[in-house]
Amino acid sequence: MTAAAGLAVEKPARTPLYWSALFKDAILAALVATLLALPLVGMQTYDIGGGALGIRTHFDWVATAAAAVFAGRLAWHLRPRHPRRAEAGGDKVFSRLATWSSRRTPLVAAAGIAFAVVLPFLPFSSRYLIDLGTTVLIYVMLGWGLNVVVGLAGLLDLGYVAFYAVGAYTCALLARDLGLTFWEALPFSGLVAAGFGVILGFPVLRLRGDYLAIVTLGFGEIIRIVLLNWSPVTGGPNGISDIPRPSFFGLPFARSAPEGVTTFHQFFGIEFSPNQRVVFLYLVILALALVTNLFTLRLRKLPIGRAWEALREDEIACRALGINPTNVKLSAFGIGAMLGGFAGSFFATRQGFISPESFTFTESATILAIVVLGGMGSQMGVVLAAILLVTLPEFGRAFAEFRMLLFGAAMVAIMVWRPRGLLAHREPSLRLAPHESGGALR
Amino acid sequence: MAYFLQQLINGLTLGSIYGLIAIGYTMVYGIIGMINFAHGEIYMIGAFVSIIALLVLGLAGISYVPLALALVLLTTMFFTSIYGWTVERLAYRPLRGSHRLAPLISAIGMSIFLQNYVQILQGAREKPMPPLVQGGFTVFESGGFAVRLSYLQLFIILLTLVLMTGFTTLIAATRLGRAQRACAQDIRMAALLGVDVDRVISTTFVMGAALAAVAGLMVTLYYGVVDFFIGFLAGVKAFTAAVLGGIGSLPGAMLGGILIGLIEAFWSGYFSAEYKDVSVFVVLILVLVFRPTGLLGQPELEKV
Repeated sequence: MTAAAGLAVEKPARTPLYWSALFKDAILAALVATLLALPLVGMQTYDIGGGALGIRTHFDWVATAAAAVFAGRLAWHLRPRHPRRAEAGGDKVFSRLATWSSRRTPLVAAAGIAFAVVLPFLPFSSRYLIDLGTTVLIYVMLGWGLNVVVGLAGLLDLGYVAFYAVGAYTCALLARDLGLTFWEALPFSGLVAAGFGVILGFPVLRLRGDYLAIVTLGFGEIIRIVLLNWSPVTGGPNGISDIPRPSFFGLPFARSAPEGVTTFHQFFGIEFSPNQRVVFLYLVILALALVTNLFTLRLRKLPIGRAWEALREDEIACRALGINPTNVKLSAFGIGAMLGGFAGSFFATRQGFISPESFTFTESATILAIVVLGGMGSQMGVVLAAILLVTLPEFGRAFAEFRMLLFGAAMVAIMVWRPRGLLAHREPSLRLAPHESGGALR
Repeated sequence: MAYFLQQLINGLTLGSIYGLIAIGYTMVYGIIGMINFAHGEIYMIGAFVSIIALLVLGLAGISYVPLALALVLLTTMFFTSIYGWTVERLAYRPLRGSHRLAPLISAIGMSIFLQNYVQILQGAREKPMPPLVQGGFTVFESGGFAVRLSYLQLFIILLTLVLMTGFTTLIAATRLGRAQRACAQDIRMAALLGVDVDRVISTTFVMGAALAAVAGLMVTLYYGVVDFFIGFLAGVKAFTAAVLGGIGSLPGAMLGGILIGLIEAFWSGYFSAEYKDVSVFVVLILVLVFRPTGLLGQPELEKV
């Protein structure tokens, strides 16, 4: 079968087609599809009462699947292709976009930021759009935070959601037990998360990449299980509710305020609208995300940032040059965790309610997917991937039950299509012969 | 003492299941150095296929238990290994030779896809399965506490032993096994010497999936409930088992699986059931910190 596929793939469309080989290949593919679909698609188990199961058959679905695969496989082999540009193909757009955005970084960044700032005030923006924008920005911030760990330092972290959770719970607990406001709790969230990052990182950062991945995954699960079971403090599966909303320099967003407190709309003498808080939250996360970005960009210029990138490229060389890998990794881990903690704190105050359900492995996988799909180390790529991955399920709401299915399939498809990420354009920040296109934001 | 022995039996049964899944992880990791994140879902699919096969056999009126078991075992292994093969073909093979994170992300995507695929097709509810193999015998009794070994537990442990023996022989003594060991040592060199690397990798996935399918069948029989989400935790634990035993080492995977099963059984028997998953992860972290190569793993040389 691979031989047949190879024949069809290597020969451009102009040479005679090997029809028999093509058909054989497509029939084989359809056969595999039939066998795959036969048990799980063709036979559906359902409750028939009394704790027993019955079977419903859907062999028509199996036949449809097989026919679709047959047609798809044939179409795939017969797709028009340009002999000379066979390599570039469909992903030329993104290759160009990647080069273009890295050349014109300041321009793209400025335009993007300007658009993000005015978005809530544009005529077509609705509450739904702003809410969606807020969610996208949370993921952008998380992506930028994780980018420090994965993209810059090259450490694979599958449990990033743990720090997000620590930040969120720190904010919620400080508000509930000590009565702190969001702004007072925010720095502590970051600090506590960073502390957790260092505590976790200290023993495990000696490990090789994949081991590190699985240990961080374990750590993420431990945090979630503890949050789930330590009911007296975390509220168990019920979580923590009534987390205070952020205020605008002490002015709360409310229709009416208790005695002696001026609300936002009273102070500015404008009509109250629930949208004001939504827009404010959006602007807060935008500011937080931009600060995150600026922070990581500056870090890259510092010796520590250089050390991260050097370590990512070659650990042994780093050690030979006298860089202490553990300390360098620990700093990346701690800083990444801190940024995740800030984002978690914002998440808590935005939702007003948190529970362990928000911090599952799927969340870690989504954040990691954003970083990797965007093109590791690329700040722009993170934005693009976050927009894509957050809005994709939204479009899928029309056929709600398929959205996670599509999400998974899209992750596979994007990786197969562009393994280095959508906007992959990885260059070291520092090179011996300065490059005229070397921008700051990538 | 009796209680201890009972937990030992329970742990061994659980450990056999984890060990069978762990082999799939360890073999794939040994050969292409990637964490096949979707392997847990393959096991979940195995469990579902086994339920469907059992129901179909029930409808066909085959009620002689050993025959039914044998048939279900074979069909489950067959259909599930096709899933294993397809996952490799679609999600991993195109990414061969690209950077290390790409197949991992692809695998995570595949895992999300398969979970939802089964959820949509088969429903999100737990699937109950009436016990097929009943009965057992009392191994020994002391202080009013009887240590029971059910026929099912015996079946699981024995089947695992048989499969492991067969499998070890296959790796040690056949042409295919030799090719696999060659690929695990140096994939490029193996290719140069005429080993069809793609085929070896495909076979590895098929073999891993077939063993995971057996684990899926065992879990269906043992617990009697299956849902679309069982793959994640079992997958993580089995990977932990593979790492614990020393990744890339087959006896290590089995040993790690049994140890994880024992840890879990004893932890829930003596401490708390809520934190039994935490115990597994804590053990994993401790092992990696103090013996990063696992129990039976070879230390890996870092070369420039």
